[in-house]
Amino acid sequence: MNKKLATLALSALMVAGPAMAELVIPDLSYRTGPYAAGGIPFSDGYNDYFTLLNERDGGIGGEPIRVVECETGYNTEKGVECYESTKGEGALVYQPLSTGITYQLIPKVTADGIPLHTMGYGRTSAANGKIFSNVFNYPANYWNGASGAINYLLNENGGDLSGKKIALVYHNSAYGKEPIRTLEMLAEKHGYDLTLLPVDHPGQEQKSQWLQIRREKPDYVVMWGWGVMNQVAVQEAANIRFPMENFIGVWWSGAEFDVEPAGEKATGYKALTFTGLGADYPVYDDLKKHVVDSGKAAGAGDQLGSVQYNRGLYAAMLASEAIKTAQEMHGVTAITPAMMRDGMEALEITNAKMESLGMAGFGPEFSVSCENHGGPGLVGVVQWDASTGTWNKLQDFMPTDAEVIGQLIAEDSAAYAAENNIEPRCE
Amino acid sequence: MFYREAGDFKTSYTADSQTFPIKFDRYRYYVVLAVAFGIIPFIINDYWANALLLPFLIYAIAAIGLNVLVGYCGQVSLGTGGFMAVGAYACYKLMTAFPDVSMFIHVILAGGITAFVGVLFGLPSLRIKGFYLAVATLAAQFFLVWLFNRVPWFYNYSASGQINAPERDVFGIIITGPNAPAWATYLFCLIFLTLCAILARNLTRGTMGRKWMAIRDMDIAAEIIGVNPLKAKLTAFAVSSFFVGIAGALFFAVYLGAVEVGEVFGIQKSFLVLFMVIIGGLGSIFGSFAGAAFLVLLPVVLKVVGVDVLGWPTDIVAHLQLVIVGALIIMFLILEPHGLAQLWRVAKEKLRLWPFPH
Repeated sequence: MNKKLATLALSALMVAGPAMAELVIPDLSYRTGPYAAGGIPFSDGYNDYFTLLNERDGGIGGEPIRVVECETGYNTEKGVECYESTKGEGALVYQPLSTGITYQLIPKVTADGIPLHTMGYGRTSAANGKIFSNVFNYPANYWNGASGAINYLLNENGGDLSGKKIALVYHNSAYGKEPIRTLEMLAEKHGYDLTLLPVDHPGQEQKSQWLQIRREKPDYVVMWGWGVMNQVAVQEAANIRFPMENFIGVWWSGAEFDVEPAGEKATGYKALTFTGLGADYPVYDDLKKHVVDSGKAAGAGDQLGSVQYNRGLYAAMLASEAIKTAQEMHGVTAITPAMMRDGMEALEITNAKMESLGMAGFGPEFSVSCENHGGPGLVGVVQWDASTGTWNKLQDFMPTDAEVIGQLIAEDSAAYAAENNIEPRCE
Repeated sequence: MFYREAGDFKTSYTADSQTFPIKFDRYRYYVVLAVAFGIIPFIINDYWANALLLPFLIYAIAAIGLNVLVGYCGQVSLGTGGFMAVGAYACYKLMTAFPDVSMFIHVILAGGITAFVGVLFGLPSLRIKGFYLAVATLAAQFFLVWLFNRVPWFYNYSASGQINAPERDVFGIIITGPNAPAWATYLFCLIFLTLCAILARNLTRGTMGRKWMAIRDMDIAAEIIGVNPLKAKLTAFAVSSFFVGIAGALFFAVYLGAVEVGEVFGIQKSFLVLFMVIIGGLGSIFGSFAGAAFLVLLPVVLKVVGVDVLGWPTDIVAHLQLVIVGALIIMFLILEPHGLAQLWRVAKEKLRLWPFPH
């Protein structure tokens, strides 16, 4: 009872905190647990970009930004706690970097009128803005990823995959299961055999899956992994001498920490991407000057230029551009979550805009509309080179199979709408 | 002074055998009920409901369930997470198959289905004991999680394998889904917890509870004096799984709203509930409450103090949280192996003599 009273008093203090004269961005990060390897750089990039805006420009439109970090540990229960504890502060947009937490939050944010941006993860059919009013997953989603990987393999094989064997090694969760339906549809279309190999959380134990790969000798292995699972998979692939150039990971399985433990043997491993690589962008000069050198970098400050750091940076850039759009649309600088939602729906990213931000070519050009919350779905391919320790671009951002994906999105979102009695918008 | 039985005369057998024979205890119980039902629903907000009170209430139900099995009947179980998953998936299937039926009925039916599954997995307890039984229930845990991951019928063939709670109501008041008001979800779980606690308390005080305890203390002796071990053990499994199933159904439908079986109902959930029972006190209903409160509220309090009050980095606080909770668990087990309930019992003994100890 006493404990309850103490927290009651504490949270009363929190609620009666400072007045809201700032833009509040919650950062549901995970710096602990088996997925921290990916969570730390993403969160660092996300934080650093907002710090940069505060330091260099005094916020967005003159309004300072306050990032509220909350540790979820990639755990849905803690994610709910984080959401509830931050939403009262006027949170503008949530980016949980977890498909499990996304599924929790989709109905909640819709009821509370707060936008949710799941960049390259989450529920793929949320790309249908007619049904999912508050959820955005631009610029690319898992089904784009699945199709992008198959398109790349088609190109490699002269447009014909019939009779080829493809194995999908996936995290046995909502995240890993997302691409299955698309890969099955594409298997019918292109005539390849698909083998499904689930790996249970957290993914340290993959001996049996790779034994099966060794026995069945698939032509290609596609991976939907995250956290510690990636490193283990790359190592196991090296152990059974699976040809690395036939092993393709989704964008969440394509960071430095995923391949470095396997050393030289990881050379040739491929991954998808929807963001730019490395630190060779003008924005990094500003980051260095305003954030790193003044000691304001988030975390240990050692992640700059890494793959997932860039994704965090990109996510923050898209959020801040949406804030700018919302400020222009509504003519006020202190925007509400509802205005933020409008801003995200009217977001337009052009090459000129990215260049002015010092991030030319960092991502594809796209615009969001009421119907399409998913962006263009352009997917690039990169390859790891262990001798230089860099990811090299193999294929630029290329379109994916819009016909198959569009049909699947329409089906899945219609099922969601029927389950939850949602009337389509945008008419 | 206030807390003693002297002067509190009972004139009937009913009065003599009531749950709280001491007047002060009884009034305290009424006050807790009055606050929980009469005051908290009016001041509750989303944060309080979803971050603290709902998990506390639901884990308390699960802990009571496990306490019946482990604390009263002495059958060690590591299958709690799996049985909670049965409750959750049963509730989901019922909710989607019969949308017009009240949530009360769904949750109770989900408990019933779990009780049936629990009895099935309880059958080996007739032949194996102790650690070996723990391993057998561990198999139940892994099998059930695997089953719900593997068979698409359980999750209605959804693309992600997740189950999502649609909006359902009780007498027109929305209980599940994002639009459910905080007070309604809170009251819904509170009613279940109250009913479960009263039921468990009375079961354990009656014939059935005495049989369970006889089995726990020495099963051969119990058999010789006429306790049927088959019946006693299987009823313990049934009652325990019934409560755990209710907790699982509420956990999914009311608290989380969307569930992925491997993550939410994995082995760590079984351990968490077992720790609640051990820390709270084996064989005590109050202990189940205390254990649930300790393990649900303490991490949140530490987080609020560390991040919001002291302003420390979130990862340091998350690590410290593990260290502190772990240290406290070890401390409790060394200083008071019988759990928080024993502390409470000792405090009551002292109070009874206060202010004139011998």
